[in-house]
Order: sequence, then C-alpha cells, then structure tokens
Amino acid sequence: MARIGVFICHCGENISATVDVAKVAEKAGKLSGVAFSVDYKYMCSDPGQTLIIESIKEHKLTGIVVAACSPRMHEGTFRKAAEKAGINPYLCEMANIREQVSWVHPKSDATTQKALDIVRTLVEKVKKNVALFPIKVPVTKTALVIGGGIAGIQSALDIANAGHKVIMVEKKPSIGGHMSQLSETFPTLDCSQCILTPRMVEVAQHPNIELLTYAEVESVSGFVGNFDVKIRMKAKSVDMKKCTGCGACSQKCPTKKIPDEFNEGMGFRTAIYSPFPQAVPNKPVIDRDHCTWFTKGGKCGLCKKICPTGAIDYETQDEFRDVKVGAIITATGFDLKHADFFPEYGYGQFKDVIDGMQFERLASASGPTSGEIRRPSDGKIPEKIVFVACAGSRDKAKGIEYCSKICCMYTAKHAMLYKHKNHEGKAYVFYMDIRAAGKNYDEFVRRAIEDDDVNYIRGRVSRIYEKNGKLIVKGVDTLMNSEPVEIEADMVVLATAVVANIGAESLAQKLHISYDQHHFFSEAHPKLKPVETNTAGIMLAGACQSAKDIPESVSQASASASKAIGLFSSDELTREPIVAVVNRQAPPNFTSCTGCLLCMEVCPYHAIEKEEIKDRAGNLIKVAAHVNAGLCQGCGTCVAMCRNKSIDIQGFSNDQMMSEVMALLNS
Amino acid sequence: MRIGYYPGCSLEGSSKEYNDSLFAVAEKCNITLEEIKDWSCCGASAAHNLNHDLAIALPARTFALAEKQGLTEIVVPCAACYSRMATSKNEISSNVATRQKIEKFIDLKLSADVKILTVFEFLQKYIFPVVDEHIVNKLNQKAACYYGCLYSRPKEIAAIEQIENPMEMDVVIAKAGATPIDWAFKTECCGAGLSVSRTDIVAKLSGKILEDAADRGAESIIVACPMCHMNLDMRRPEIKKQLNKDINIPVLFITQALGLSMGISAEQLGMNKHYVPTEQVVNCMVKLEA
Amino acid sequence: MSEQFEPKIVAFVCNWCTYAGADLAGTSRTKYATNVSIIRFPCTGRIDFMLLMKAFENGADGIIVSGCHPNDCHYTSGNFHARRRWIVFRSLLDFMGFDTDRITFSWVSAAEGTKWASLVDETTEKIRAKGTFTEFKKLDYSTLEKLSNDAITK
Repeated sequence: MARIGVFICHCGENISATVDVAKVAEKAGKLSGVAFSVDYKYMCSDPGQTLIIESIKEHKLTGIVVAACSPRMHEGTFRKAAEKAGINPYLCEMANIREQVSWVHPKSDATTQKALDIVRTLVEKVKKNVALFPIKVPVTKTALVIGGGIAGIQSALDIANAGHKVIMVEKKPSIGGHMSQLSETFPTLDCSQCILTPRMVEVAQHPNIELLTYAEVESVSGFVGNFDVKIRMKAKSVDMKKCTGCGACSQKCPTKKIPDEFNEGMGFRTAIYSPFPQAVPNKPVIDRDHCTWFTKGGKCGLCKKICPTGAIDYETQDEFRDVKVGAIITATGFDLKHADFFPEYGYGQFKDVIDGMQFERLASASGPTSGEIRRPSDGKIPEKIVFVACAGSRDKAKGIEYCSKICCMYTAKHAMLYKHKNHEGKAYVFYMDIRAAGKNYDEFVRRAIEDDDVNYIRGRVSRIYEKNGKLIVKGVDTLMNSEPVEIEADMVVLATAVVANIGAESLAQKLHISYDQHHFFSEAHPKLKPVETNTAGIMLAGACQSAKDIPESVSQASASASKAIGLFSSDELTREPIVAVVNRQAPPNFTSCTGCLLCMEVCPYHAIEKEEIKDRAGNLIKVAAHVNAGLCQGCGTCVAMCRNKSIDIQGFSNDQMMSEVMALLNS
Repeated sequence: MRIGYYPGCSLEGSSKEYNDSLFAVAEKCNITLEEIKDWSCCGASAAHNLNHDLAIALPARTFALAEKQGLTEIVVPCAACYSRMATSKNEISSNVATRQKIEKFIDLKLSADVKILTVFEFLQKYIFPVVDEHIVNKLNQKAACYYGCLYSRPKEIAAIEQIENPMEMDVVIAKAGATPIDWAFKTECCGAGLSVSRTDIVAKLSGKILEDAADRGAESIIVACPMCHMNLDMRRPEIKKQLNKDINIPVLFITQALGLSMGISAEQLGMNKHYVPTEQVVNCMVKLEA
Repeated sequence: MSEQFEPKIVAFVCNWCTYAGADLAGTSRTKYATNVSIIRFPCTGRIDFMLLMKAFENGADGIIVSGCHPNDCHYTSGNFHARRRWIVFRSLLDFMGFDTDRITFSWVSAAEGTKWASLVDETTEKIRAKGTFTEFKKLDYSTLEKLSNDAITK
C-alpha cells in the first residue's frame, strides 16, 4: 500500500509568485496513495531537508515527490535526504515546477493546474519506483597509456608513482613525441631535450611502468575497471635483450638516404635506425619498407654480420599481447597540417618554404644543420626570414576554424632564435592577433619585438612565389592604412595549423570514444569534465583533445592520472543503478526473452551479451540477452527495441512511463 | 547536339576577334554554336553594384530564354558574363524561394538547369575530341596563360580546378604546340574596370603581370577574357611608361592561338585587331610534317 | 480569449538535451504557452512509440518528441534509433489515416532554450488550429461483449 509524501517548495518567491503552492499541496494531499502533503519555503535548505526526513519517519512514507526546481539541480540532494531518513534514495523523485512551470508562465489558474498535473504525474511514477542499490564491479589496477609524448609520460609517471602498474604503448621506435623534436621551449627557452630526456629515462626505468615501443593498440573491449586490450608489437627485427645500443649497425647501413621523420624530411636516416641520439629505448629498429634485405629479397644483410651480439633477426614477426587494464589514458598528440594545403604559399613546391617543426629541427643543435639556420635549397644562411602566423588556422575557407594556440608563441620563439644566431638578419612576422595568454607569455613576445628587433606586421600573406632565387612574400600591413607589403625573403616559415594525429579517428573508434569533426577526441563536458570522455574509464591527456602547449598538456596529463588513481583507490567500482535488466522468471520459462538479441545490436556500449541458460547437466535450455550492469549507461534504447518487453530499465521502466502518461492526462 | 551561345556585349564589340576566332575554330570542327534569341545584358559589374535582385534576374532571363529555345548547354566566352551567370545560377538553384521570386521578375518560366560552359570547358568537351586531325602548325614558342580573377573567385563558382595554379588554358595551348610556362601571376588582378577611371593603377598592376611573364621568357600572353585583353593589350603604352621598359609581347585570345595551329588565317582570326602587333606569333609558327 | 480551445500537448523529451534546454528557457525566464507538459526520458531512444498512442487515447491533442541533435546524443546513437523509429511510425500512422501533423519531432539542444520556447508556442498554435483530437475511438467493451455473446448464442 503506497504511502507517498509530497513536498511542494516555494523556492522563496521563485515558485510561489506564479504558482499557488498551498493549493497544489492541498490538492496533492487528496490524491490516492498520498499519505502526506506539505508546502515549505526552501525545501533544499537544512530545515527543509529536516522536514522531509522527519515526515518520512513520522508518516512511514514509502516514497516521496519533491516538487521544486529541476531534478538536474537537486535530485541528488533530496535522494541523500531520503537515504538519511532510512528509505532507499531511489524512492525519491522530483517534479520540476520551477524551470518548467513557474519561471516560464504568468500567475494564473492554468499555471497552478499545470504544476498540479506534473506533481500528479510524478506521484504515479514514484508509486512504481523500486529500491535500487549501487552496482559494484571489480577493478584491475593497471592503466594503459596510449602515446609516449610529454602528456603520456607525465600520466604514466603519476600513476606509477602512486603505486599502480602502467603499460605505455608508443607507435614510434622511441618515446618523447614532438617535444623531443623541439630545440627550445617557450617562455624560458629551456633546451627541450634537456628537460624531457630525464623524464623519458625515468619512464624506462620505473619498476611500475612497462614500456612497449614500436607498438600500437589493435583492439579494445570491456568496460571501466575491466578493459581487455590487444596490443600489436610491430616486428623490430632487433632483439632488444641482446642489443646494447652500440650503433655499429646504423653506421654501416648502406641505405642512407631515407627522408628522416624525426628531422621532418630535412635530413636523412638509414634503414636500421634509432630516431635520435637520446632515444628511449636507445636501440634501433629496421624500417622494412626501405631495408634492402626486405625489399630486394635477402640482399645486403650487413647489419647482421656486423652486430657484435647477434641481435639482428630478420625473421621476427609482429607479435600480439593481450592485457587487462582498468583505465585507459589517450595521449596520442597532434600533427601539423602539411603540403598541398597551401598552394598559395608554395609549401611543398618551394624548398625554402617550411613549417614550424622543420624550422625547429634547423634550430636544434642535434638537427640536420647542427643548429645553424640554413636554406634547404642551397644551404646558405638566410638574411631575411618571413614568418607567417595563422597558416590555415582560424580560416573558414580552409575548413580549420579553430585557433591552434601554440603558434603565436613558437613563432616569436623562432624569430628570436634566428636573431640570436644571426644578429644582422631580418625577421618579419605576419600575424592576425597575438595570443600569448600564459604565464610570462606576453613578456616573451615583447622580448622578441623590443629586444630582438623582430618586425611584427599585422596582416595576412596572400601569396608567395619564387623569383631569382628569392621568395616574394605579398602581404598587407593593416595598421599602416592597409598598405600592401612585399618582402623579398630568403626563407619563409609557415606556422601551419595543429591537426589531430593521423590515426586518431581509427583509435577513437577502437576505444568507442567520441571525436569531433576535426578528429580531436571529445571531452565529457567542455567546462567541468575536460579530461574524461563519455566512455567511463577512458581519459584524455594533451593535444589529442585540442591544441595546447606543454604546461597545459602536463596539467591535463596529471589530471587524467588522478582520475585513474581515483578509479584504482578501491577494489570495487560503484555505479549508478539506472540500468537495463532482462527479466528472469521461474523455470520452465526462465525469461520471456526469446534471444533475438536485437537489443545487443543497438546498445552503444556493447553492454548486452548473449547468455546461455543451461540446466544442471550443462544442456542448453535457451539463449537470452544479459545486461552487463557495469557497462550499461541507462539510455533505454534496448527497452524500446524489445519486441516483447523482456528488457526494462530500472528508474524509467515501461510501467513507470505508462503511469506518467496516464496520470498527466487523467486528473 | 545543340550548343547554345551567349556572346555578351564585349564579343560583339570591343573583342569581336574573340567571337570570330571561336566561330572559326568551331566551324572547322563542324560544330555549330546556336546564339540565344533575344539575349540581353548579363548585368556585368553595374547590376550587382546597384541591386542584388537585378543582378540575379538579368542572367536568369538568359537562362529562361535558352530553356525556351530548348538548349541544355550554353557557352559563355566572356569571363565576366560567365561569373555573373554562374553566380545567378548558384543562387537560384540553391533556394526555391529565390527562383520563384526571380521567375516573377522576368515573367518567364525558369528552372536554371541549363549548364554554363567556359570557353575552355567548351574546347575540352567538344573541340578536343575532333581537333587532332586539324592541327597543322606548331606555335613553337613560350606562352604565359593568364586566367585573371573572375575564373578563380569566389570558390563556390570557380571554373577551374587548381585555384592557385590553373592549368585549363595551359592544356589547350600545349595542344596548339606552344610551351606553357610556369609563372607567378596567373590569377593576379590586372586592374579590371579601373581601365578608364584609374588607368595609372591598371598600368601598375598589368605592368607587374607583363613583367613577370617577360622575365620568365614568355613570348606571348594568352587570355580568355575581354577585360584582361584590353588591359594587357590596349593599355600597353601606359604600361611601358610605368615600367620604363619596352615590352612588346603580344596578347592573344585562346581561340586565336588554337585557330592559328589549326591553319586558320590570321585575318579570319582577327589578329589585326590588337594594339600590340601579333606578327611575331605567326612568323614563329612551324608547319607540322604531314 | 477565455473560451478559446486550449489544446493538451504532451512532450516526450530526453534528459540530456531537450530537458536541459527547457530548463535553460526557465533560467532565462523566457515565457511560453502553458499547454505543453514534459515527460522526462533518459534518451529519445527509450521512447516506445506506443506510448504516443496511449497519450492520444487518453486525451492528448498533440505530441512533441524532442532530443539531442544527430551526432550529439549523450548515449551516442539513441537519437538515431528514435529518428528511424519515427520515420517508420509516421508512415504507418499516415497509412492509418492519422493526421501525423499532430506529432512534432524535433531536436533541441541543452543550449537552445529559446528554440524550446518557440517550439512550444508554434506547436500550441498549430494544434489549436486543428482543434480537439476526436478521431481516436476507444473500444466499447460492452458492445464487443454483447456482439461476441450474440455470436455464441446464435
């Protein structure tokens, strides 16, 4: 026998100004099944909650409806109050008579009637509510970090230092990411590798971190706390246990002219190679696409002959590892927009038009020119360099509307580095705005302008073409009456747009996480949940979510790590019980489910599995659907799909929704 | 196969040689161009400066007349007419309300389904398949193809594929036996309508175009637009004064260049109607072995 | 004004987008007609379309179904299923001679408070113009019983 309590809130004047709350409380009290009805000024306040708790106890209420603001506001508050009063929190529902009634309608009988209609609807619903208990799932206290750049490294170290195991998967032969390619970092002009490599070594040596390089994620299944991940370890052709990193193989390798990825195509590498001197692990791999042994059917083989420890093995194949992890952190980073995208700038056509990362390699002491800024075409030192900011970014016509965030800073840095190395040289920066919002960032740009004499011209470049060995840059100076400006430059550096990593879309699909039209991974909430995804247990760190600089990547990485650590802080995970359930009945039916598994097909979280109901001897009786409560997010698509209503969702059951419809229309 | 033809005012007046050379080429290939009956002005720059609806309605009238005549394709050699027509068609096709409004204005049934061809689209589609047997001469010189602004902007109606480096005319001129050069001013502005009001600006802008072509060894400039032609050809004296250089590169219409390679006479192609003498092109030609 | 027909409209909306959008309309104090009452679902994918029929059976004059924009579903794909269901359902209703204009299918995001308000007002006026929904005929069980009894006794 239902004994429902109805609590009508005035919310000060917010509700009572347009709704006759006393009348609603009075009429609600007369509804069948309502044992108690009262109105009060501020239901969410301490005395308000006390009123609810006392009333539940005194009137032995079996369920309550709080008619007040939106459940999105205070459902949690009143559910906790119900729990304090000794009844199951899920026996409490809220009727929204503020945001959806009192605030949007004038004071009138119709408004009061509508409030009453809604209260009546929720009273009928709550009569059908059942006690629900939070669901517990076990947790594997191991994290998977995908990506070994600065964000991945930070996350991995934080989780490992908290005492949990980490598996790091990096697709390149070495960790370090783009930060390892940088010469200096803004705003301090710290040597990038100097601050990064100690961290890289720490990762490699940490007892809690297992580092898998030259490896990629092949598939992911499971759910938060219980992910099953298959990792493909690409064939390195080098036995990492035997290799000592002596480097004799790459010294002798006759294939020396492969465009070097680490140097952004500005230099060459050999077929057996380690990407850079400080690589971690500092052991080479063979690039089978260019190695003579593999491309010319067994010819050469010099490295194998030379290797003092016999570490080279051409027969190795890709291997697969299956691992179980409880949390996944994606830290796959970004790429720069390349080539054909800028025909008006001649990028990809003129050798001396390069992008920011290529300039970085020129400036780097360990780069192809040993740190001297030289023209790729003839090796001469440029006397005039033009830097073009916003190349592709913030441009609707190019389809990249966002700001790439890091370019204003690194362009200033590049201009400064050039001037430091070439005091007599002239540097020009064509910009739209200068975005230098971080700590010490604006001061950094000021240094470039005031101390290092970099010419900042506010205007865009419309065209670059080559004439007599020089690059003619046609732009405009909008602060000088929009005068057209033409500069004969020796080199042009384009700050090209930051774009998502090339494998981002396929990885997101493997992980079942959302991504936007630019293939950046989507956060759960842009303001309040910037490091989680909509998929429980998968977090984001770094530029894979959106363009960002190193301090932000590190912060976000630590934030993701803290989410993972939080997940691991207990042996079991508690989840909201608003989940789908397939009914079970006594034998011989067992369930009304016919095993059509249509629900399984439509579940976005793959939360429904096939269950074989067997007898004691192990004979199959019937196949039915089964919901993994740990994975179910409670959308109810399966419920609407089910042809004979064998699956239902607790909290929004067929019975409850029907009662609501009937109650709303019948007074 | 009926192909419609819209000359526009320039091809009947200041650039009559463009019209004549186009017809000469088509005739040699046994292709007939059917002029749209009672066609009127496309609006050019005047209409869209004054009234948006007028600017859309004027070309629309031409479409409606073409449809009435049973034509499904029309060739529009003038770049400006082409640009206005493509813009109008784009607006009408993408918005039912606009089409209905314009239909009322022009008082003619309008579907705007007619396909508009640029001169190079026409040459590629109809002339190329049959022209090889007619090519008897090789132009034997370096030619700079100048596309001007209207074929490459705005992006929504651009008539060319590679907007920053078009090749449509280059392909035609190569067929005529010339060597198209790679140069930097293919789509830069020539000064356009400032030809009359600010000839000094035209001298500067067109001068830059000519200078770059000359620096890169071009021996002729090929155009497909009456305005471009006027600025590069008729305004040569002002350009020479501006540059303080004596550049005498002739400016030909694409159809004239192709016509010459097809053995059509210079007179028939209207080669004598240019300001900068064109004999050099004719004299450079080499007869192909049979 | 007082004797004007006031249609009864039920709105089946999803918690994450349209419900939140309606809340936003409230927070912004946007005023709109009182004729629409919301029933909250976790997702439009949860909506069994037979519930719509129940609503009409019990006196609803019009219905609104609204959820997240395609690609924005909080549960990834629930709204796609709702959309597909609606297309099939609408075609069936049409076949039955039902005025499908009485059901408005829409997408209102959590940021579109004003859109919700406009949707309510527009739908209210649309249904008001159509008048009360009278086509639904309840089965008269007593008649059915009599008919079946007659058949048995004959």
